[in-house]
Amino acid sequence: MGAPLIGARVERKEDYRFLTGVGQYTDDVDLPRQCHAAFVRSPHAHASLKKISVAKAKAAPGFIAAYTGEDFAAAKLGGLPCGWLITDVNGQPMKEPPHPCLAQGKVRYVGDQVAIVIAETQAQARDAAELVEVDYEVLPAVVDGAKARAKGAPQLHDVAPDNTCYVWAIGDKGVADAAFAKAAHVTKLEFINNRLIPNAIEPRCAIGAYSRADDSYTLYVASQNPHVERLLMTAFVMGLPEHKVRVVAGDVGGGFGSKIYLYAEDVAVTWAAKQVNRPVKWTSDRSEAFMSDAHGRDHRTVAELAMDKDGHFLGMRVKTTANVGAYLSTFASCVPTILYATLLAGQYKTPVIHCEVTAVFTNTVPVDAYRGAGRPEATYVVERLVETAAREMRLDPAEIRRRNFITQFPYQTPVALLYDVGDYNATMDAAQKLADVAGYAARKKASEAKGKLRGLGYAAYIEACGIAPSAVAGSLGARAGLFEAGEVRVHPTGSVTVFTGSHSHGQGHETTFAQVVADRLGLPIESVDIVHGDTSKVLFGMGTYGSRSIAVGGTAIVKALDKVIAKGKKIAAHLMEAAEADVEFDKGVYKVAGTDKKKMFGEVAFAAYVPHNYPHDKLEPGLNENAFYDPANFTFPAGTYVCEVEVDPETGMVKIEKFTAVDDFGKIINPMIVEGQVHGGLTQGIGQALLEGCRYDDATGQLLTGSFMDYCMPRASDVPSYQVDTRETPCSHNPLGVKGCGEAGAIGAPAAFINAITDALGVKDMPMPATPLAVWQTLKNKKAA
Amino acid sequence: MHAFKYHRPSSVDAAAALAKGEAKLLAGGQSLVQAMKLRLASPSDIIDLGTIKDLAGIKSDGKTVTIGAMARHAEVAHSADAKKAIPALAALAGMIGDRQVRSMGTCGGSIANNDPAADYPAAALALNATITTNKGKHEADKFFKGMFETALKPGEIITSVTFQVPKRAAYMKFKNPASRFAIVGVFVADFGGTVRVAVTGAGPAVFRQADMEKALAAKFDPSSVAGIKQKADGLNTDLHASAEYRAHIVTVMARRAVEAALK
Amino acid sequence: MAVKVSLKVNGKPASAEVEERTLLVTFIRESLRLTGTHVGCDTAQCGACTVSMNGKAVKSCSILAMQAEGADITTIEGVAKGDGTLHPMQAAFKEHHGLQCGFCTPGMVMNAIDFAKGHPNPSEQEIREALEGNLCRCTGYHNIVKAIGAGARAMAAGK
Repeated sequence: MGAPLIGARVERKEDYRFLTGVGQYTDDVDLPRQCHAAFVRSPHAHASLKKISVAKAKAAPGFIAAYTGEDFAAAKLGGLPCGWLITDVNGQPMKEPPHPCLAQGKVRYVGDQVAIVIAETQAQARDAAELVEVDYEVLPAVVDGAKARAKGAPQLHDVAPDNTCYVWAIGDKGVADAAFAKAAHVTKLEFINNRLIPNAIEPRCAIGAYSRADDSYTLYVASQNPHVERLLMTAFVMGLPEHKVRVVAGDVGGGFGSKIYLYAEDVAVTWAAKQVNRPVKWTSDRSEAFMSDAHGRDHRTVAELAMDKDGHFLGMRVKTTANVGAYLSTFASCVPTILYATLLAGQYKTPVIHCEVTAVFTNTVPVDAYRGAGRPEATYVVERLVETAAREMRLDPAEIRRRNFITQFPYQTPVALLYDVGDYNATMDAAQKLADVAGYAARKKASEAKGKLRGLGYAAYIEACGIAPSAVAGSLGARAGLFEAGEVRVHPTGSVTVFTGSHSHGQGHETTFAQVVADRLGLPIESVDIVHGDTSKVLFGMGTYGSRSIAVGGTAIVKALDKVIAKGKKIAAHLMEAAEADVEFDKGVYKVAGTDKKKMFGEVAFAAYVPHNYPHDKLEPGLNENAFYDPANFTFPAGTYVCEVEVDPETGMVKIEKFTAVDDFGKIINPMIVEGQVHGGLTQGIGQALLEGCRYDDATGQLLTGSFMDYCMPRASDVPSYQVDTRETPCSHNPLGVKGCGEAGAIGAPAAFINAITDALGVKDMPMPATPLAVWQTLKNKKAA
Repeated sequence: MHAFKYHRPSSVDAAAALAKGEAKLLAGGQSLVQAMKLRLASPSDIIDLGTIKDLAGIKSDGKTVTIGAMARHAEVAHSADAKKAIPALAALAGMIGDRQVRSMGTCGGSIANNDPAADYPAAALALNATITTNKGKHEADKFFKGMFETALKPGEIITSVTFQVPKRAAYMKFKNPASRFAIVGVFVADFGGTVRVAVTGAGPAVFRQADMEKALAAKFDPSSVAGIKQKADGLNTDLHASAEYRAHIVTVMARRAVEAALK
Repeated sequence: MAVKVSLKVNGKPASAEVEERTLLVTFIRESLRLTGTHVGCDTAQCGACTVSMNGKAVKSCSILAMQAEGADITTIEGVAKGDGTLHPMQAAFKEHHGLQCGFCTPGMVMNAIDFAKGHPNPSEQEIREALEGNLCRCTGYHNIVKAIGAGARAMAAGK
């Protein structure tokens, strides 16, 4: 074998099909006799449903069927479940209002599904859907999380008084208050973490199919986790046995969280397929995606950091109102709690932290995990506070961080997490060097000479990846296990097909996982194929989110590989007439130690399938192993980002001059892919801070940013080429030493950017996104003050 | 998109005969097809001008540049004649939309549509253009009536637009970060003695900035406009820019356009 | 009402009966079953639907199929050589990891090839400006920009 595959920049196995147009995304699937669905969606943010008439739609050309919430209720279809139970400060379960697939009695946001209309073609389905007459009684709406709890605010759900889902807290308030009482300095900030719309470039798509032959369903869907989708749909909504439902998520064009969830449309097309006895396809258009894909973020936060006179952190207090939208989406409840407040220690040994989170319902699209999910919000709180504290105390922002970095591991934070390894000074050192912080003063001068303002900001983030172990997640309210499964099928001639419960929708698992397998088995990478995304092929899976694929899914594969290698050792020992204890496996070869006896991995595999000379008394034939892996802990990637911006004070236009990211992801399998993940994450983070912001009209609840004409997606000309590097402290509790890299960029970038722009403008705070208008306004307000 | 009847006339006269009622003329389609997809426009008939001969082409006679109604933005941006005679006009065409859109979008379509944030109307107004139709000629000053409104009558089809060659000119566009249309675009054209300043994106329709024109006619220098404040009254306010901000940007873009014209 | 559209796609004549309101992209995807051309938005911004029409990159979601009557269209399926060898621009995307989920990729490649014809050795700035009409949510553009530069140079070198 050639050079080691772990750590190599291997070109991706999946690229050829994507580059030649033969990928198979869900919308590329066309089934025989397929018909098309369109959804009637509420044009109002809040209204009572008086009457729905489909009479006119029925007369439309190509019409096949239409169903409303009443039909779904009559069919006893359940509502969409929430997968995480949060227990509030009083020990009570969170409020879980029903979330019907099609609205019943009321609509609660613009875009809420009212009816499904099925016709021969997509255009006909849309034509017919327009003819469905809905009599709405419009009700007052509330879209702002803070206003939703005010007296007299419109109430969304009877079961949730004051629109409150829960008030939850972590940390000891008394101890925190005491720390603040003795502080030499307190830094306080109030800000909004802006609502985002994920906008994977592939819009969602779902095709339901039904077979009368065996009373079974198939759902083709753009999903990040087909097994979870199946579990939720069968067990909680449709009351079907899982073996009668197959979920296929083939090529998926990006997810970023938005394709984790079980959506109403998925259920509706699956159920309708049986009613019309034909496959039913629904493809979202972009306008629909804006008002039906789960949104992200949307926090209002007041945060305080207490310090002694030297800038040592004494305590942190955080109060957040999280807008969860009109209903609880699949993981909505854990994002602003478990995935947020537990990260508030950041990279620092802040001894006490108290955080209270109030989750509220509003007349907006449900909010759920979006790239980073809670961790970008936490990092924003911590890193904005730290940078602001440094400025207020006239300390160098890198120095105040270094004074407070955790340096001893393992480290138990005051907010439940146990960090296993890390070296925060190492990433800070490397980032400062790569960003040429030493040369910054000269660059700032040069900008000033041109009449421009220049600023530099840091963010030293930490994240928790894997969302596991299951027992811990379960004790915190998770209603699912959070392990991963993998299967290694060795074929008689020694090539390998690996089945993984992780799902790739851009991450390149077909390459990274193949590198791991080929490296362990000493095979060329061409001999290994990875299969994912089909419940009828893959044994089980929890899917891909929370940067968990390599750390959890990859480890499951390694565990299965260990079993394959161990069984092969027994077969090889038999073939070579040696004691098993004397057989070693290295780079694809079983050897008897101290002899020249050897068997190639392929020979051993062949013997397992053509077992003429085989230890039948001890072993079954075949070489096929699976493993389920439940991690011992989260993994904790961390790093330092440095952002340098130049502002045109006349127009408010901001240009990112340099962006430097040094990450510690533990061991890296494919640096090319890892860098790509960082670039993408950074751009989404910069998108949040500079460009993107979902806006609703306060009075009417209309979505104002309902297309790319108004919702500003990052384009190539908005971002720079990045400077990225890594440092490595291997994860201590998985065999690959890996941590995960998918979300880091989106987690660290917003704080680094806003720290840079506030530095440039000389202001304490700057709301996200820092559009030219917002920057100009901020400068104008500063001048007036 | 709602259903419609499609026509492909081979002459302007044939197209004009079809253009009645709820029928719509289709030039490049880069605005109209979008509106139809979103079901914001639902014409009964589409009259495709794409195969009518002699609506394309770019000509220059030293004093004017004439652009055929169906000349694509990319053709204008790359036209040696346009670049030589009025570089600012070629540059403006090269700033519209993106390169794929520029390969389809047309001068005539843009001017007939008169989107308040479109670029071409600024060029037409600042370069004192004549809009030629199958029915006659329009001066730019009397052509752009209001938001998406022009002097075109039903059945009237733009065949070409003739721009006057200035002594020097420049167009400065401050883009909407999301749509990349103009939040404010200012076209400054110095004809030696008279100066025309046209502003797009800021108001309900393109307009001339008389104070700036006067100041620049007296002295064609950035300092002449730097202190002239555009009134915010009547300017557009949206998510991306308030009227007050737009007014401020008009001055900044005007000054920068003068700087660019002098380069 | 159904009308007939006839044009040339990837060097071969192609025709189909379609509704008059059919977009070029719908004709390509559904009538011809060439599903490499994607639809990512409905406001002509994402560029996933970019194809070459008479030698120019255009957005097939913003053109009626009828407007393309008689046109010479190349889609992503027609870019690689007949034996499957990648076009230099495709190869550059692979080498430089210029794609992740792959959904925007066909449009990126189609636009990049057209751009490279006029820019044999483009600067980073020129490339970023040329991508005004193509959105990618995965790569942050960094590696796409690198790939297009390398692809353009490879095309110019006749590779």
